[in-house]
Amino acid sequence: MADLPDAAACYELLARMALIRRFEEEAGRQYQRAKAGGFLHLAIGEEATIVGTTSVMRDEDFLIGTYRTHGHAIARGTEPKRVMAELFGRVDGTSGGRGGSMHIFDAEKRFMGGYGIVGGNLPIAAGLALSSQYKGEDAVTVCMFGDGASNTGNFGETMNLAALWKLPVFFLVENNLYGMGTAVERHSAQTDLSKKAEGYGVPGARADGMDVIAVREAVAAGIEEAREESRPTLLEVVTYRYRGHSAADPEVYREREEVEQWREKDPIESFARRCVEAGVLGEREVQQARDAAEATVVEATEFAEASPEPALDTMYENLYALDDPGGWYAVDERSPEPHRGEREGTMPEAARELAEAGAAYAEQEETEPRRNPAVQGDAQEGGTDA
Amino acid sequence: MPEMRMREALRDAMAEEMRRDEAVLVMGEDVAVFQGAFKVTEGLIDEFGERRVRDTPISENTIVGAGVGAAMGGLRPVVELMTVNFSLLALDQIVNHAAAIPYMFNGQARVPMVIRMPGGGGHQLGPTHSHSFEALFLQVPGLLVACPSTPADGKALLKAAIRDDNPVIFIEHESLYGVKGEVPDEEDGDGVLRFGEAAVRREGGDVTIVGVLKMAQVAERAAAVLAEEHGVEAEVIDPRTLRPLDLDTILESVRKTNRAVIVEEGWPHGGVGANLATLITEQAFDDLDAPVQRVTGADVHMPYSKRLEQAAIPHEEHVVSAALATLEGTI
Repeated sequence: MADLPDAAACYELLARMALIRRFEEEAGRQYQRAKAGGFLHLAIGEEATIVGTTSVMRDEDFLIGTYRTHGHAIARGTEPKRVMAELFGRVDGTSGGRGGSMHIFDAEKRFMGGYGIVGGNLPIAAGLALSSQYKGEDAVTVCMFGDGASNTGNFGETMNLAALWKLPVFFLVENNLYGMGTAVERHSAQTDLSKKAEGYGVPGARADGMDVIAVREAVAAGIEEAREESRPTLLEVVTYRYRGHSAADPEVYREREEVEQWREKDPIESFARRCVEAGVLGEREVQQARDAAEATVVEATEFAEASPEPALDTMYENLYALDDPGGWYAVDERSPEPHRGEREGTMPEAARELAEAGAAYAEQEETEPRRNPAVQGDAQEGGTDA
Repeated sequence: MPEMRMREALRDAMAEEMRRDEAVLVMGEDVAVFQGAFKVTEGLIDEFGERRVRDTPISENTIVGAGVGAAMGGLRPVVELMTVNFSLLALDQIVNHAAAIPYMFNGQARVPMVIRMPGGGGHQLGPTHSHSFEALFLQVPGLLVACPSTPADGKALLKAAIRDDNPVIFIEHESLYGVKGEVPDEEDGDGVLRFGEAAVRREGGDVTIVGVLKMAQVAERAAAVLAEEHGVEAEVIDPRTLRPLDLDTILESVRKTNRAVIVEEGWPHGGVGANLATLITEQAFDDLDAPVQRVTGADVHMPYSKRLEQAAIPHEEHVVSAALATLEGTI
């Protein structure tokens, strides 16, 4: 077993993991309260994979992930309250309420996005790495994706391109054993995912995703390989999500006992225990990490609740970079008076009234709590028919 | 002004922008050593080397996606897809990523890239190699769409596209690559044509004909026939970019002529003409003296047979006939 780092580093790892855990629990709760909408993919159980990875990244490195990346942004330093505000669809959210849970982004922290399309982030990662290489910068792009994405065409295409162009990119498969509800042995002929890129010239390795120190060491090696040798490698990290694929997942594809067995290997509990047993952290510090997480998440939720809804006349903002607009960029046909969307701020009165009428429908949904999202009429991903 | 072919004009646009801005690079299938499937990138590798002119594997979605990432990372990639047809393999990166990223991340990231692709029929390439997808890309918010019909516009629009901070779909027509035209020298201003400015190719007061991409040239030839054989003065407008669209110039013309014909090579349902006819009808209904006519390609997959293919593509005769239909009873 790899050695523990110093006490400050251990506390930081523990505190980040605890924060993500607590954040995700609260996000799930807010989803049930219908404060968060759409699909909600929680990473509870996968905290060591996330934090182990980001803990060995430099500020200038890029991180790019999937639709399960609240924790990834938080681990990179994005304020949890801004992630929560995004889940609430509010103006203070990371994307001002335009992206939602699946599309968290923080340019300042070089968290280059959550992406809703499985495997969609892989080629973009290659491009980010190309930009660093082209400019002669030594930033590395860390690209995280799930076991399911290893079956997409993008996987093979991107592995080939990354190896061919010797891009400074590091690929990390967060293998949580299920592509949505399909077990890895039912969706991939090669179940040792670390081998899947070797034929393309990207060597692979495996690490225990429930052990933050093991993840950290393996990721550090891969990042160094990318940074120093410009050689892309792939790390398969075996982990587990305790919750369903999304909040609307009845989990008919796995046994409760399996979940319980994985919980016994809980990445946060086991790391805290190890730190205490090794005398690196005391029980008081472990509790302190938990309390800090609790306080941050309570504050985040209050912040999200208080953040305003986006104004309707901002509908078209940031659709285009508008330098010196000539011609019609966007055509708004929601009213009998078609107008240029990029001039939404000065839309005709009739259009404004109809926009308000449309927005009013949002109020109706807000009042219904989602006790069992899987059997409700909306957000049916992975759910059974109601 | 020197005369040159469309392919040379496009190459010069890329070369000039690459000299001007180190962030500009070109990548695509066979763009470097092979010098481009249609020789549009000819000579670029000799001047700029393999770092800036990059051959890629045949991996369309990843070529475009790598361009998206490179653009997000601060570069200005010009990605060539060998033909419009192959853009179908890259639609996920074009629609879900390039077009959506600036909006869904609320302006924190921009995607300043150009995706060049030639298409169109007329070369007996059959159902999978003759598409016209102007309408398909026009439909997607977040994308800009350019479709130049002359070498001068090709060069000036491509330079503008490379400098633009939005993802640009730059549609070229395979039949226009060899067409010659006068192209202003680099010394004549910066040679950039602002997007969203239509060109009035011919003035006239009887009917407005809007021609898209190669059909702008067909429309011009049709206008000559209308004048010579029917005494009809058509006003021919080449929108040059479909997004942004210079709707104002088109409406102004229709208010003058009271008649409109839209010509495109693509399919009729949901086409550029369908869209434009609606915009005209909504905003200039009282000025119209006849229903808007559209001329499109046949509603089939492009047949290989030379006779069938030519019958599927709009020609001058179709445009003349449509224009005369709008004038029925008046001449």
